[in-house]
Amino acid sequence: MSRWRVLQIALPVAMLALVVLAWDLIVRIFALPPYVLPGPGLVFATLISDRVLLWQSLLVTLSITFEGFVLAAFGGIALAVAFNQWRVIEYSFYPYAVILQVTPVVAVAPLLLIYLPQPLAVLTCAWLVAFFPVLANTTLGLNSVDHNLIALFDLYKASRRQVLLNLKLPAALPQMLAGLRIAGGLSLIGAVVAEIAAGSAGAGSGLAYRIAESGYRLNIPRMFAALLVLSFAGVAIFFVLSAISHLALRRWHESAVRHER
Amino acid sequence: MTALNDTSPIVSLHGVGKTFDNGTVALAGLDLAVRDGEFVSLLGPSGCGKSTALRIIADLSDATTGTVEGPANGSSKGVGAIGFVFQDPTLLPWATVAANVLLPFKLASGVTAQSRAAVAQALDHVGLSEFAGAYPRELSGGMKMRASIARALVTEPRLLLMDEPFAALDEITRFKLNDDLLALWRHLRRTVIFVTHSVFESVYLSQRVLVMTHRPGRVFTEFEIPASYPRDQRFRTSAEYAGFCRRVTEALSTASAEGAR
Repeated sequence: MSRWRVLQIALPVAMLALVVLAWDLIVRIFALPPYVLPGPGLVFATLISDRVLLWQSLLVTLSITFEGFVLAAFGGIALAVAFNQWRVIEYSFYPYAVILQVTPVVAVAPLLLIYLPQPLAVLTCAWLVAFFPVLANTTLGLNSVDHNLIALFDLYKASRRQVLLNLKLPAALPQMLAGLRIAGGLSLIGAVVAEIAAGSAGAGSGLAYRIAESGYRLNIPRMFAALLVLSFAGVAIFFVLSAISHLALRRWHESAVRHER
Repeated sequence: MTALNDTSPIVSLHGVGKTFDNGTVALAGLDLAVRDGEFVSLLGPSGCGKSTALRIIADLSDATTGTVEGPANGSSKGVGAIGFVFQDPTLLPWATVAANVLLPFKLASGVTAQSRAAVAQALDHVGLSEFAGAYPRELSGGMKMRASIARALVTEPRLLLMDEPFAALDEITRFKLNDDLLALWRHLRRTVIFVTHSVFESVYLSQRVLVMTHRPGRVFTEFEIPASYPRDQRFRTSAEYAGFCRRVTEALSTASAEGAR
């Protein structure tokens, strides 16, 4: 391992240790009560003691996130292909896809909660924020196929289907995967936003609901613990999707190829 | 036109004009005829419409005026009757060299044992047998071009169209590929139309050099290069070669001035 590689791991770990230490010192020196700011030790202890509750909540949030992500992936890719194949569909729907995207989901969530049962509303929010990056990136990928390759397929009288399956979709794969990587994080955010919007009135039991509920009960250590779990979930989603992307592209795409100096 | 009496032409263009939608007149009054088995170069400055002429012969583009007859046009139209080598290798980056060369079959009729044998033979012809399983990014520029040539030849086309295929390569690689191309042409006896902006390349390779005027492009004059094949390093350094090059260069500058008028 090179020196830089060591530093790449050692530096963030050292930063983390410093921040936790400073956090602990501040809590101790100013003798802050746990309902103002719990120390790292207490948060960690809560993480352990509430593990069953937090784990269950995590599973709820993750399953919604996963469902939202899968729907966003299929919806985004299918819509991008439809846009690419039929201009009429693109002209009809693209402006509305943009409008859906630029409208803040926090503002939409309360409305959805009125009209839809809560689990469905949360799922819709997760889908709503996650599908656009898939759509936009896949569309870009499908439209930026090398025109000489298109000519080549034309020369051999390839059908539209063959062009789509053998040329456009594989060519769009890198952009599609980049879109999916963004969508993974965003579907978690969408799920969280909807749960928060539902608040303590909601019947849910996801992590964000736990955070809202703990807030009302002034159980600040649990809020921190739940937040920590949520961050880890986000990081895990990112790494899983990055790994999938790398595996899919490693043989041929520049982004996944390691270059030696 | 001289020496068109022995065999009927495989390709003939009469009064071909091409005006693009933006008003650019790329070709006007282009006449050319190429005999079966001939090696002909289209020589002209960048933007003189020579690539457009090649695309029209390949039926990748439609002539605005005039008539075109060749393997890709009219009654004898057939898939795989024409091989096209683009300026860039134009390989599918996600497919191996063998899969790239197999593509014409995959798009046309489906993959059979014969087509696999044809792929192996085409790779053998261009000296890439060992690299059948490699991905394009693992190859050098010259090797990618060889793979591209193998793909163009795999359907055993009657006519091979080459659009400045070696323009982006270094001189050593280009000379090597020139020699290999000539050897292949002598071995396979296909008709080759070779577009280039290099006087030296056109004289070295061809039996006939057609000099084109600058936009709108048409054939200004043509030169027979009666030197016998095989041509090699000795021909490249001979006074005879230098003499042809000088005459073609002079014609090219007159032709360019003609077009600019």
